[in-house]
Amino acid sequence: MGSSSAQTPILQVNKLKKYFRQDSSMFGRSERWLKAVDGVTFTIQTGETLGLVGESGCGKTTVGRTVIGLYQPTAGWVAYKGINLARVTASRRLKNRRQMQMIFQDPYASLNPRMTVGDIIGEPIAIHQPRIRNKERADRINELLNMVGLNPEHANRYPHEFSGGQRQRIGIARALAVEPELIVCDEPVSAVDVSIQAQIINMLEELQEKLNLTYLIIAHDLSMVKHISDRVAVMYLGKIVEMVESEELYNNPLHPYTRALLSAVPIADPDVERQRKRILLEGDLPSPVNPPSGCYFHTRCYRVLPVCRQQEPAMRELGNGHYVACHNV
Amino acid sequence: MEQLLHVKNLEVEFRTYAGVVKAVRGIEFQVNPGEVVAIVGESGCGKSVTAQSIMRLIPSPPGRITGGSIIFDGENLLNKTERQMQKIRGNTIGMIFQDPMTYLNPVLTIATQITENLRLHKRMNKEQAMRRAVELFGLVGIPEPEIRLKQYPHQFSGGMRQRVMIAMALACEPKLIIADEPTTALDVTVQAQILELIKGLKDRFQTAIILITHDLGVVAGQADRILVMYAGQIVETGTTDEVLKKPSHPYTWGLLKSVPRLDAVKGKKLTPIWGQPPDLLQDFTSCPFVPRCDYAMSICAQQMPPFFNGNKVRCWLNHPQAPKVKFKKEVS
Ligand SMILES: Nc1ncnc2c1ncn2[C@@H]1O[C@H](COP(=O)(O)OP(=O)(O)OP(=O)(O)O)[C@@H](O)[C@H]1O
Ligand SMILES: Nc1ncnc2c1ncn2[C@@H]1O[C@H](COP(=O)(O)OP(=O)(O)OP(=O)(O)O)[C@@H](O)[C@H]1O
Ligand SMILES: [Mg+2]
Ligand SMILES: [Mg+2]
Repeated sequence: MGSSSAQTPILQVNKLKKYFRQDSSMFGRSERWLKAVDGVTFTIQTGETLGLVGESGCGKTTVGRTVIGLYQPTAGWVAYKGINLARVTASRRLKNRRQMQMIFQDPYASLNPRMTVGDIIGEPIAIHQPRIRNKERADRINELLNMVGLNPEHANRYPHEFSGGQRQRIGIARALAVEPELIVCDEPVSAVDVSIQAQIINMLEELQEKLNLTYLIIAHDLSMVKHISDRVAVMYLGKIVEMVESEELYNNPLHPYTRALLSAVPIADPDVERQRKRILLEGDLPSPVNPPSGCYFHTRCYRVLPVCRQQEPAMRELGNGHYVACHNV
Repeated sequence: MEQLLHVKNLEVEFRTYAGVVKAVRGIEFQVNPGEVVAIVGESGCGKSVTAQSIMRLIPSPPGRITGGSIIFDGENLLNKTERQMQKIRGNTIGMIFQDPMTYLNPVLTIATQITENLRLHKRMNKEQAMRRAVELFGLVGIPEPEIRLKQYPHQFSGGMRQRVMIAMALACEPKLIIADEPTTALDVTVQAQILELIKGLKDRFQTAIILITHDLGVVAGQADRILVMYAGQIVETGTTDEVLKKPSHPYTWGLLKSVPRLDAVKGKKLTPIWGQPPDLLQDFTSCPFVPRCDYAMSICAQQMPPFFNGNKVRCWLNHPQAPKVKFKKEVS
């Protein structure tokens, strides 16, 4: 972060779109598309943490999956270290796969129940570094288990023998196994118990320092994202509506959606809560199959202008890296 | 004030293949009319089992209420037959749960499900019940009630379904509503709508509410009093201000410090609670929080702490001879 603009960002995402086809009716002619990600642009510098927040279904996971190449973009592109992922050679692509890892949203579903923890962590090593000998791999697995606060004896056990927090650690050890540079963490703590969350968050922060990792952290919990991120991007219905340094996002939110979101987060302090004024949004998130005209947020916006219904607001930079897409600003 | 609910020394067990899970271990609390009492604690500490016991909805087998009493409106619910309980559930005690889909019948219209309760408990005829249902939908902020009532549960969004649940819980003007994680599955903006709604209803109807959650933020804005549970016991109670601003139990402190706060200054490290939640197959003869406690003294591993400070906190640190710990200063 704070690096000179001359440096190529480790990750560039440009006008990224990811649409899914909807099978609406068996005999229907017209194709319906669900616009999960609808034109998203951002960059991340080496060693930086970008947080991606927004409510359920706004497209956060889809951005993450497209970034690491699990989905092909419908339009737009993703570049890793300055090279468009769609244009790389096969050998380079394999290398990229290794350098970009993802920690998945659900630690229960993402670990193979029939594999031992050692095999789960060792699998990516076997794929990406097939020439590594068994002994060396076993040593590496032990080292990884230590790194995430588990015991080497745990290598012979199965995922169901572990708690949610421990499983999340196994997922993190697996992601670290092949020495990645960029990790997409999809809701790293939402499935673990409140009392355990801080263990995982602190560990992610320590690993980042030690290994100079770059993080894209996806979550719906704004307090957590603000805590861990250098910058935060706020998504609404497949688009980024505001992106800014995380302290500034909290002190000076500009988009009406960001303001509503921040005002809705409960704070565990009765004095603060008594004085707070909530911005209550009406209704629910519109369907990404049929997004509203103009600004996607206009149907729930409390500062809507006539222009909002007709014209999509462009993303503008207001200086000091504060980006916002709103006709009001 | 005449208390509405008095749970006395409640004990609940589950017989499982692994052994007997002692889910609730002798808890005691009261709820007054019009009061919001929050039960907080991490997963598995016994919050839902407590709620299910009050409703007499513990699945049996494997579950069994093995001790205590639950006095509601002057009568012990544990002595009631299933038929008598059916007259209470959804009538004088309403329920709101985390996942409305498990309580809504997918093949019946919402209208059928709301009016059923009204006809059963309030002896209304079809038209009266329907009028009341329309009124209730207005109350919980569902637009176009006449159209919406004819729809099925799957046609509602998560937030809307929760509103339906609240409407159903309110239908018979209960004296007590038990809300078990009513907003956990919802997005924050929708959560804010629902919490605002619950607060407004309480002010209007003087309904008492038991609010179960693991989110201390939700509690701060809603509750009059808080019960903190750990390993099937209540370890701290007090007014919302007391518990959140001057916690006396290291576990409560841990819960407060392990979750980032939106208004926290940048760069502050979180303080985790180490280790894992306790195994409820165990019997505890000393404080169950000892293995995870940063402030444990030798007595903590030897004897179960009694309640101190007038039945407010179950921790040896509150013994007059115990050293003063720093977290109490740090909060205030
Ligand atoms: N593989 C898929 N096929 C079809 N639709 C999909 C697919 N993956 C996601 N979607 C849809 O795309 C939209 C965005 O989903 P996504 O999982 O990216 O949201 P999210 O922001 O991660 O939400 P959450 O917070 O609930 O995890 C949703 O409407 C979802 O139903
Ligand atoms: N039907 C059941 N059979 C066996 N054990 C049960 C059953 N229901 C609950 N338990 C056990 O009782 C204990 C308390 O469970 P309870 O559901 O009250 O937790 P909780 O505090 O509501 O947690 P959460 O925050 O996850 O909802 C847990 O250890 C749980 O495993
Ligand atoms: Mg997701
Ligand atoms: Mg529960």
